[in-house]
Amino acid sequence: MHRRTFLKAAAAAAFAAGLGAGPASAAGTIKIGEINSYTALPAFTIPYRNGWQLALAEINKKGIDGHQLEVISRDDGGKPGDAVTAANELVTRDGVKMLMGTFFSNVGLAVSDFAKQKQIVFVAGEPLTDAITWQKGNRYTFRLRPPVYVQVAILAQEAAKLPAKRWATVAPNYEYGHSAVDDFKKLMSAKRPDIQWVAAQWPAVGKIDGGATAEALLQAKPDAIFNATFGADLTNFVRAGTTRGLFKGRSVVSLLTGEPEYLDPLGADTPVGWIVTGYPWSQIKTPAHEAFVKAYEAKYHDYPRLGSVVGYVTMKAVAAMIERAGSTNTDKLIKAGEGLKIPSPFGEITFRAADHQSTMGAFVGKTAVVNGKGIMVDWHYANGAAYLPSPAAVKKLRPQD
Amino acid sequence: MDFVVIQSLNGLATASTLFLVASGLSIIFGVTRVVNFAHGSFYMLGAYIAYTLVSRLGGSVAGFWGSIALAAAAVASLGAAMETTLLRRVYKAPELLQLLATFGVVLIVQDLVLVIWGPSDLLGPRAPGLAGAVNILGQPFPQYALFLILFGPLVYAGLWLLFHRTRWGTLVRAATQDREMVAALGVNQAWLFTSVFTLGAALAGMGGALQLPLVAVNHTMDLQSIVEAFVVVVIGGFGSVTGALLAAVIIGELNAFGIVIFPDLTLVLTFVAMAIILVVRPWGLLGKPEAAVRGGAGSIELPMRPLAPRLRLFALGVGLVLLALPLVLGNYGLSVASEVLIFALFAVSLHFIMGTGGMISFGHAAYFGLGAYGAALLMKYLMFPMLGGILFAPVVAGLGALVFGWFCVRLSGVYLAMLTLAFAQITYAIVFQWYGFTGGDNGLIGIWPAAWASSATAYYYLCLALCGGAALLLRRIAFAPFGYTLRACRDSGLRADAIGIDLATHRWLGFALGGAFAGIAGALYAFLKGSVFPDTISISTSIDGLVMVLLGGIQTLVGPIVGAATYKTLHVTMSSYTNQWQAVLGVIIIVLVIAFPEGIMGRFARTAEARTARAGDAAP
Repeated sequence: MHRRTFLKAAAAAAFAAGLGAGPASAAGTIKIGEINSYTALPAFTIPYRNGWQLALAEINKKGIDGHQLEVISRDDGGKPGDAVTAANELVTRDGVKMLMGTFFSNVGLAVSDFAKQKQIVFVAGEPLTDAITWQKGNRYTFRLRPPVYVQVAILAQEAAKLPAKRWATVAPNYEYGHSAVDDFKKLMSAKRPDIQWVAAQWPAVGKIDGGATAEALLQAKPDAIFNATFGADLTNFVRAGTTRGLFKGRSVVSLLTGEPEYLDPLGADTPVGWIVTGYPWSQIKTPAHEAFVKAYEAKYHDYPRLGSVVGYVTMKAVAAMIERAGSTNTDKLIKAGEGLKIPSPFGEITFRAADHQSTMGAFVGKTAVVNGKGIMVDWHYANGAAYLPSPAAVKKLRPQD
Repeated sequence: MDFVVIQSLNGLATASTLFLVASGLSIIFGVTRVVNFAHGSFYMLGAYIAYTLVSRLGGSVAGFWGSIALAAAAVASLGAAMETTLLRRVYKAPELLQLLATFGVVLIVQDLVLVIWGPSDLLGPRAPGLAGAVNILGQPFPQYALFLILFGPLVYAGLWLLFHRTRWGTLVRAATQDREMVAALGVNQAWLFTSVFTLGAALAGMGGALQLPLVAVNHTMDLQSIVEAFVVVVIGGFGSVTGALLAAVIIGELNAFGIVIFPDLTLVLTFVAMAIILVVRPWGLLGKPEAAVRGGAGSIELPMRPLAPRLRLFALGVGLVLLALPLVLGNYGLSVASEVLIFALFAVSLHFIMGTGGMISFGHAAYFGLGAYGAALLMKYLMFPMLGGILFAPVVAGLGALVFGWFCVRLSGVYLAMLTLAFAQITYAIVFQWYGFTGGDNGLIGIWPAAWASSATAYYYLCLALCGGAALLLRRIAFAPFGYTLRACRDSGLRADAIGIDLATHRWLGFALGGAFAGIAGALYAFLKGSVFPDTISISTSIDGLVMVLLGGIQTLVGPIVGAATYKTLHVTMSSYTNQWQAVLGVIIIVLVIAFPEGIMGRFARTAEARTARAGDAAP
């Protein structure tokens, strides 16, 4: 079996060499490697998989210069080490031309560094850490979703308008939570020097003790709360806080809470009037989005989550890079990716040449309950381009390579 | 002052849930000596089943509480089924193999839950009649939390009556003290074990079901609850229900007030508490020294022997095959082979502590991680070359093992194991949160091998040389006087002590040596992946090591190598072929456990031994 694997790999390599040589003319498939945390975070990654599979079907209907895309998908179990094994398998054995995917920031960083080492283009869909396109960015890595900094900046703009002076924060105890709180404090204190930070809670991710955390925040008597917990921690915190009167008469500004992945499980318990970032999928009436929802519902008999959009657009971005490059040569792909404009369900987005960060933005609005379900109201789309630091500022952050 | 009262009530509510899960685990271990990893799965299943039942029966008073009770009953019957069909087959196997079987169940349940209930978090209704809050000292306090505060002690009282006022309870207590004696007196052990296991599962299921009004049911509940439950049980003392209650209250209150005073230390608070308590009280608060288990005829360990000439030839052949591997494997195959070699060394080093040293470790990843981070940090900050990093890694890991080991070797059995886990978690938390130095959870990247070793073939040969050499060296040590002394300490501490061997020092050095060798594996892993992340120190890495050692068979020195090769290869290939790879892996582990209750190599060793013995008889 090993021998056959070897022969297969050799054949794939030979084939790939032929394809990579120039603009592809002969019909064939282009292999793309995809890695995500399917077993570790199914609530996000399964809608995500639906999203890229939908995009893949659409792409292959037309083909790219007569080529079909083939996606080979692997589970990383949420572990950076396993993600590198999978990436290695995809690149060296299966001969994929590009990598895409990943959810967790550390997995994204591990794959991004692997991509740099193997000189292969990697399009990160979800990882939110600022570092992946800035402090630890490299020329092989592109990222779709707005980084923590941008999402926090969008929220801070709204939060600064609140009269609240005494603020408390609650965020999961890992890099995402810490950078969200740090960014929020910095942006808010710059806009509002009169603000005081009266309490901070750092529950371990997935292990929040809702009652004790709510009580600790209550004791500090804040006027407003900034929250960055999500998933099971969020539901736990919301229930415990609601019964203890934590949210009564207080403003809450909350990261990611409006995303269907995290909002829908709350159901009738959704707290009202929180300022959140998210994805009000049922209310976005642009033609591009409506077409996406229609196609998604027809294929899966389910509504799209934010993960579905991320998967869909990531796949489309990969296809657009190959199409624009007219080749699967890494340097040509990178060149094609820089400044690449693609349509998305949220409108046109651009991958900036300076840092390979897309200008995808986020929806910001308030939470409400309608018919026992949580929804976003008074929302608008905040374009990422308006919040990203300038190319010159980014250049200082990125390592020179 | 008001805050202190309210917050301590919050702590008590948490304590009640902890107690329900932990008491079940404690009872099961006390009687059957099974370290039941699947206990967290029972807890999770209890929550999921209760969610489904409530959705069907409705959130009325009868519907809600009926669902909780039915969920507990359903989990109890699952527990009974698991005990009778799986565990009963492996009770006679060497210590800890049952742990491997329950680990297989954990993997299967994880995938099963995903298939049955889907990926989304599921939020159940609030408890009817207890949905609101009452005013305590001018502050609203949830009625349901008050109910939990009362319910925990109620269950405790029920268990106390059951154990002290019924014949069954007397038998269970007797079996906790000395199960062979109970069996000798004619008590049907099989039935006793099944009933105890069922009760334990019911308690876990109920604990999970009662979470319905508090948290969204999700598929990570199993691993989260199992670790906490173990901590509570160990602090309280295995087999002691009162101890579990006391420990649950301590942990509950510690969390409630700890997050106010040290909000940053949420990752590590409970483990620091456990470490301190175990150092001061080696058998937990109310536990007693573990009774020596007198095994049946099947469980007398074979002595370790040097390889027979025929087997030497075989080993030489394996070595030649490994040398020739680059001729047949492609680059990817070689990098997987390198990973297998690295984990083989990791397993061998763990086996040195467990098999040769007789000390169970649940925290061996600490030394693997220290080696990986040691090499990576030396490279990042002091510009060490790759080989320099690999050379220094065992020093870093060995020093860590020396410090932690000094405390650990004074304990025994599962207490020792849990103290190693506590130290591993403390190391993990430091690495995870020290952003300025270790990069925190975003890790260190760009740790690639030197140019000469960057090809897959070169790196494979480097791994083969270092892992092979290190494994041979550890084997040599096992047969050196030091190894014999270590085995003497393991087999009979009392006699070793009597002939003047310094038990603690020998075990301490053995522990440190095992840690140092794990450090080499860690460094090689860092350069193989090009990056290091805190998950190299996580509980799951420690468990992987444990699974490899047990799968291969703990009594032979070759066992861990075979176990590592089997487990790692299965892990890597399965995840390429199916989405349900966890379940497939779980089933394979269970099949292997039943087919080879002494581990894969343990079985071969016994067969070989029997053959030699027969040959010996036949000779004049």
